[in-house]
Amino acid sequence: MKVVIMGCSRVGAQLAAMMDAEGHKVTIMDVDPFSFKKLPPTFNGTALVGNGLDEESLKKADIGEADVFVAVTQGDNRNVMACQIAKHIYNVPKVVCRIYDPIREEMYRNLGLHTASPTKVVAKLLRDQIEG
Amino acid sequence: MYIVIVGGGQVGYHLSKVLLNDGHEVLILEQDPARCDRLCEELGSVVVRGDGCEAATLESVGTARADMLVAVTDDDARNLVACQVAKHRFNVRRTIARITNPTNEKIFKILGIDVTVCSTKLILAHIEQELPSHPIIPLLKLKSGTLEVIEAKIPPDSKLIGKKLRAFPLPKGSAVLLIISKEKGPQIPTPDTVIGAEDEVVAITQAENEEAIRAMLAK
Repeated sequence: MKVVIMGCSRVGAQLAAMMDAEGHKVTIMDVDPFSFKKLPPTFNGTALVGNGLDEESLKKADIGEADVFVAVTQGDNRNVMACQIAKHIYNVPKVVCRIYDPIREEMYRNLGLHTASPTKVVAKLLRDQIEG
Repeated sequence: MYIVIVGGGQVGYHLSKVLLNDGHEVLILEQDPARCDRLCEELGSVVVRGDGCEAATLESVGTARADMLVAVTDDDARNLVACQVAKHRFNVRRTIARITNPTNEKIFKILGIDVTVCSTKLILAHIEQELPSHPIIPLLKLKSGTLEVIEAKIPPDSKLIGKKLRAFPLPKGSAVLLIISKEKGPQIPTPDTVIGAEDEVVAITQAENEEAIRAMLAK
């Protein structure tokens, strides 16, 4: 599978390393080249400096060939906009989006994006730790 | 009309001022506290501090009964999300977004934002209008007299295409010296040379004939 990840945050880097280790073709993009230091030395994929909202950067990442696009920058709005560009303009079959705001997460899930809201998940995990 | 404006920057401020003067009900959502205070002083209590992309904030200002939501922050992604939340959660009939990157126009349209306004594109359109659409490149000005050598490209939609050079309505005192065609390369033209699309034409002419030549190419 060809996977394009936008945002080399801790989560982005971890995900990129995981998918790469599983043998997928991974391209990870971030506007800050320093962020690529989070990638493990064993990472075999491509690290690309660029903005996932920018047409040229997306083309450099071969977005047209991607099977999956994942947006995990710190900004909910950037993530949903990038995912919708990938889905509606470049016809990427599957787009996955991190959205911190649970209400927006639900809305965009209904609009056909695959979404994950860390806010809900982490709160639940913490509660389980407290009560467990 | 009840109009919700997301973003209390320069655009949001001036927009609200006019709309309030026209008697509309206006509410501005702005995140920055200092800016909120300034807007309140100037416009009265029509400002709420909050993120216009957040459904909870939009709900608290009664977006469900808004006739229109206008997103004019300086961030295209924020404007998109504010409009989408207004449309899909609150069924706001009309959404207008400001965008700065002209290529974003397409995705906004696909996603159903009713109107986009791109200042970058508007300025570009004005600049392009000022530029002659069929540029003539002056190659050489002859020292004696007013003659100059110019180069022009035959536009792909020109009516001159397929015509022989003798049929050209060239201004008096002008002559075509060279025709560089994509297929045949450079050639010294005869009156029977046929002009093709995107041929480059090198001619000698009086400087004051430039406008006439431009008009001829535009036909």
